[in-house]
Parts: sequence; C-alpha cells; structure tokens
Amino acid sequence: MKARVTVTLKSGVLDPQGKAIEGALKSLGVSGVASVRQGKVFDIEIEGGDRTRIEAALKSAAEKLLANTVIENYRVELIG
Amino acid sequence: MKAAVLVFPGINRERDMARALTLVSGREPTMVWHAESELPAGTDVVVIPGGFSYGDYLRCGAIAARAPIMDAVRTFAQKGGLVLAICNGFQIACEAGLLPGVLMRNAQLRFICRDVYLRVERSDTPFTRGYNAGQVIRVPVAHGEGNYIADGETIARLEGEGRVVFRYASPDGIVDPNWNHNGAMNAIAGIINERGNVLGMMPHPENHVEALMGCTDGRGLFAGLVDHFQKAA
Repeated sequence: MKARVTVTLKSGVLDPQGKAIEGALKSLGVSGVASVRQGKVFDIEIEGGDRTRIEAALKSAAEKLLANTVIENYRVELIG
Repeated sequence: MKAAVLVFPGINRERDMARALTLVSGREPTMVWHAESELPAGTDVVVIPGGFSYGDYLRCGAIAARAPIMDAVRTFAQKGGLVLAICNGFQIACEAGLLPGVLMRNAQLRFICRDVYLRVERSDTPFTRGYNAGQVIRVPVAHGEGNYIADGETIARLEGEGRVVFRYASPDGIVDPNWNHNGAMNAIAGIINERGNVLGMMPHPENHVEALMGCTDGRGLFAGLVDHFQKAA
C-alpha cells in the first residue's frame, strides 16, 4: 500500500522559509502570489492491506516523529 | 560533579563541552553514545551538547530526540537529575518533550555565528547560581535555528513562573529587537523546565571558559553547577 503523509505548519506559526520563497516568487514576477507556507510530504510504502491498521500506523508515525504537533498539522492519505 | 555528555552522530561540540567541564570541575565527563540505554551510575548532570545531529534532517534534533539514550535521560530528569542542553541539545530537549516550545529558523534566515550578550534573569537555579540576576554575559552563538517559539499560553507560563533564565540583550542588559539576533519570542535565549532541573539554551557558555578564548563569561555556569553539587554533598 502506498501512502502520503503531508505535514504543514499550523496557522499563526511564523514561517521564515515560506516568506523567503514568497519574496522570490514575487521577484520572479509570478503574479497574484499572496502568501507561501512551506511544508513537507512523505511518500511511504507500507506492507499489508488492512486500511484501518495502516492508517493507525501512519498516524502513530506522524505523531511520534514526522510532525512536531506543537507547530505542525499532518494529514494521512492512502493512495492504494 | 560527575557529568555525562551525550554523543549523537553529527554532534560536534562534545569535546568543547568535555574540555570546559574538566577545566572547571576538575573531573572528566563520561561520553555516552546515543545507542546506550543507560546513563553511567552516579551521574549528577547530563549534558546534551551542540552540533548537527543527523544533519538536522527532518527537523533539528528530531531524530536524536528519539534515540535509545533519551528514555534514560527522561527518567533521569523525572527523578530530578540535572540536564544541561546547549544549542542542538536545546533543540533535542524540546523535541524530546523535556522542555516546551520549538526552535525555528532564525527570523533573518541566516546562520548566525558570533558573540551575543545575554541578560541572566535569575541566579537561584543550579545553572545560574554562579551569576547575579541582571548580570550581562558575553557568549558565542552558532546556529541557523535558534528562534524560540511557543504558543501564547506557554510563553505566559514561562514568563509568569520565571522560567526564562537567559535573554538576548544589549551589553547594558537592555532587551531590544536590535539585540535579539534570531527573532526569538520575548528574546528568549534559555529556559528551564517546571521543576527547574532542565536548562535549554542556544548560546555556548562552554566556548568562553578560559583566557585563551578571549572571554571567560561562560565559566560561571559550570562553576555554579560545581558549587551546587558541593553544597549538596
């Protein structure tokens, strides 16, 4: 089973890297960029076919390591 | 004072730390590899030194915080053992849940390597008893992610309980955005946990302990610790 865990900064948390990217996009003349927030994507291959168990394992992975829940949110998707 | 210095892959300040501890306490610390599951018997203080554990992959300190030795450090801290976490060590301590908050990318996005001035906010902790409250010390920093942040409630608690022990300041001790080089909330450079036995700080007191280094302002931290254990004995 393939899965994707997406980690994003919680709203209100200052994101200096996102700000720098936003500035670069503006200087490149990309029109209409209002703001940029940088996050992370983890593509994970996981054994087994039990979706409930896999979702629980990925949630545990995100809580224990992939995200720092003080400042980040995460989302788990099973891609199949 | 029996110190244990943790060593993770990618840490690079452990020898500076060992040198400072030996110089000030007269006793060489034990170096403890991250894959160990126990601290040496009779350890008084655990030091998590600076560096770039695991190349700062994922988030600074995130992977080191999950190393086997950290369970032993958590147990040690729960029993009241002293933990001194410097720079990457501070990041590791936050990731390990020993201290609240997170060290984010410096607000100016630059790696900063220079001396800074710190105002010592209180002298009644085992880590700061070698200083006077309000004293200003000069110590080096070397970090790209030292911008301390926490939610409003946590900041209010830290401030309310007097748990901010070092703040970035001017040489005169004035807290001012111009001297808060990494943009940390409330110019926070170092905090202690609720019980007062875990200190995390971004600057490197171990690099200002002998005349050869051009400044000895960091020595008070180690001298204070030695004094703490001598008084307790």
